[in-house]
Amino acid sequence: MRVSSKLQISLVAGILIALGLGLTLYKKIELGFPLLPGQRQAVWTLESKISFKPVGGPVEISLALPEPEAGWVVLDEHFASSGFGFSTQEEQGERYAKWDRQSLDRTTTLYYKLEIYHAGQFDLGASPIPEIIPPELTPDRLAAMERVVASLRQGASDSTSFTALLLLQLVQGQMDQDTAFLFGDREESRLSVVMDVLAFAGIPAQPVKGIFLEDGRRRQQMDTLVEIYDGNHWQVFDSKTAQPGLPDNFFVWQRGDRSVLDVVGGKSSQLEFAIVENTLPIKTVLFMEQQVKERLLLDFSIYSLPVEQQGVFKGLLLIPVGALVVVLLRLLVGVRTSGTFMPILIALAFIQTTLLTGLVIFLTVVGAGLWIRFYLSRLNLLLVARITAVVIVVILLMAALSIISYKLGFDQLLTVTFLPTIILAWTIERMSILWEEEGGHEVLIQGSGSLLAAVLAYLLMSVDLIEHLTFNFPELMISLLGVVLLLGKYNGYRLVELYRFRDLGNPEQ
Amino acid sequence: MSWFSQRAKWISPTKLRELGILGMNSRNIDYIGRNNDRSRYPLVDNKLKTKQVAEQHGMSVPKLFGVVSIQREVQDLERILEGIDKFVIKPAQGSGGKGILVITERRGDEFIKSTGAVLDYRDVKRHASNILSGLYSLGGRPDVAMIEDMIDFDQMLINYSHEGVPDIRVIVYHGFPVMAMMRCSTHASDGKANLHQGAVGVGIDIVNGRSLYAVQNNIKVDRHPDTGYRFDELALPHWDQVLKLSSGCYEMTGLGYFGADIVLDKNKGPVVLELNARPGLAIQIANQTGLAKRLQKIDEQPSNELSVEQRVSFAQQMFG
Repeated sequence: MRVSSKLQISLVAGILIALGLGLTLYKKIELGFPLLPGQRQAVWTLESKISFKPVGGPVEISLALPEPEAGWVVLDEHFASSGFGFSTQEEQGERYAKWDRQSLDRTTTLYYKLEIYHAGQFDLGASPIPEIIPPELTPDRLAAMERVVASLRQGASDSTSFTALLLLQLVQGQMDQDTAFLFGDREESRLSVVMDVLAFAGIPAQPVKGIFLEDGRRRQQMDTLVEIYDGNHWQVFDSKTAQPGLPDNFFVWQRGDRSVLDVVGGKSSQLEFAIVENTLPIKTVLFMEQQVKERLLLDFSIYSLPVEQQGVFKGLLLIPVGALVVVLLRLLVGVRTSGTFMPILIALAFIQTTLLTGLVIFLTVVGAGLWIRFYLSRLNLLLVARITAVVIVVILLMAALSIISYKLGFDQLLTVTFLPTIILAWTIERMSILWEEEGGHEVLIQGSGSLLAAVLAYLLMSVDLIEHLTFNFPELMISLLGVVLLLGKYNGYRLVELYRFRDLGNPEQ
Repeated sequence: MSWFSQRAKWISPTKLRELGILGMNSRNIDYIGRNNDRSRYPLVDNKLKTKQVAEQHGMSVPKLFGVVSIQREVQDLERILEGIDKFVIKPAQGSGGKGILVITERRGDEFIKSTGAVLDYRDVKRHASNILSGLYSLGGRPDVAMIEDMIDFDQMLINYSHEGVPDIRVIVYHGFPVMAMMRCSTHASDGKANLHQGAVGVGIDIVNGRSLYAVQNNIKVDRHPDTGYRFDELALPHWDQVLKLSSGCYEMTGLGYFGADIVLDKNKGPVVLELNARPGLAIQIANQTGLAKRLQKIDEQPSNELSVEQRVSFAQQMFG
């Protein structure tokens, strides 16, 4: 009986470990998943949101799709079009997404999402040189325009410096009367006036539409840069800073005058972007790029999930690693922790707050909470009321900490909100019960044991390799399960017992 | 080597195994996990259930005067306590000795606590009511209050304890008493009998109930730090009865591995106070002997149905 149970566990554990390692090897050798993380690469997820109010009758929406330029690579794109007929079409060398529907009665939002990364910094490529159409102007504006162009030509030797000078004047707000008259106060029309001036001066120019990428931005609007042709090649200017050159974080959506979004049968249409940055190992990115066309192979990996869910899984898949640390510490070392999962949850919170800040906040809140809990327990309250009171006090403490740190300018402490309230309250409650039942000594032992486990789990969980392996090879978890089963049958001594029973060898001490 | 062992801060696992020391993992897997059916735990975790079953089996326990299990019954206390001068009110699932009210004397409607404080009926009822609301229970679970006879501690126990309840812990495996110790509360342990809190653990010879070794905070001691009595003069009376009582709990609980906590009453002799399905390992330090080798000897025995007396005398021959 005894042997067979042990054998059974060993057998099951062996099969699990072999299965996990086998799947990992298969993925490595057959599918080419990279085993080591290597260098990392920022991958941006751009979510374009088209919203509009229908006016009745058939609706047709057409969105110009970006042609990746200047070193940007599109890894993946998704369209959300529930209830709409959908197709992508090519017109004059440009791709369009088209949604249509016979009737619609409420405000609607359509989504287009793409994942991109910047493979390298290049200039924009060739583009057809647009025909210069001189602007039609009223006589007074015509006169002003002539004077503006003339004065700019005086200060500039070529079309590049001409454009730079014009934009610089606008940015610095140092406009003479003529310029001020031409441009007026309306910010929105500024760009079209710039185009007019350039056309009047005979410089081929076109707008460059795109998005400034910034992690975590929501409701970001499209921005427009100005591009001129100086006779040999195209030169981009950031109209906001008057600097030449394409900004690093600018993703070009479309070059030229055509509209990006057309909505027929709707009004108040809007195009907004939400932007998320993810840092992935370069090898993984290249691999994903390679596989875009052969999606089948990837369909069973976590990469087939949307990016937000991938992010959630990234955290979830680290939990078993933390659990392994706790199991090892408890069974092999003999560290006493309060509960199995509390250290893991604290470690997960540390990932959000960073270690040092997390520790400081944790100790402060738990310490203050314990003190208050002692007062509450002197009042002889019932358990439920007591825990609720502790939760409220913890929230108040966290709010106070956030506000004080913000006022003092310590932005780091604002991450206090990442420490789950319920874990803090629960820790305080557990620790105080422990204090009453076993004394402060035990609280110190279990408290520092839990923190030690949390810190070790955090350190392990934040190793790049570990994160890479758990995320890319979730089947390693099966092996981990096998290892944990084996550990569950470990009946040898714990490290602390070698200390605890140290004097048993020589009783005369 | 001698230099190493004299100044050793650690002991090697090989040495521990040679000494037959039982480790926590092995205790959990090989003894508690294998021999203790979880469904039997409530029987030992709840002192009221333990007592009821013990009475059915004719074991010696402190006499139960009554139980208050719902708030309305708190009013019945006056009827329960009629004509009783000395008693203890305690929670059935209390932990760490919390919530135990000891009344040593009564003058009419006035109750005198062990500390000398004077209480009236209202105070006693409030205490019972607090027990019911779970104030002293693990995790604040609602509980019941037990009113039982006060134990008149045997002088031998009083000599070796300070500010608390002295008790004898006997580890029972498959009905055999395998190891015993006396736990002496001290001023440092705040009257508690837990070794890691500073109580003195005294290893007791299974054969005759005499002390073998005494240890406080892992250091050998010769005298009780507060009362000054020498441990080498400690000899527990009624020793065979103590062993028989502990051994008898095996049939009563059906637990293969447990610790019996026994106290000695001046008049009644040994009395079972409570049982523990997860007894600690510190008893090995108090005895300077490993549990594992004794447990293995029991395992080697053919599983004959032995009587309590046979088991006790077997253990005394084996572990002398």
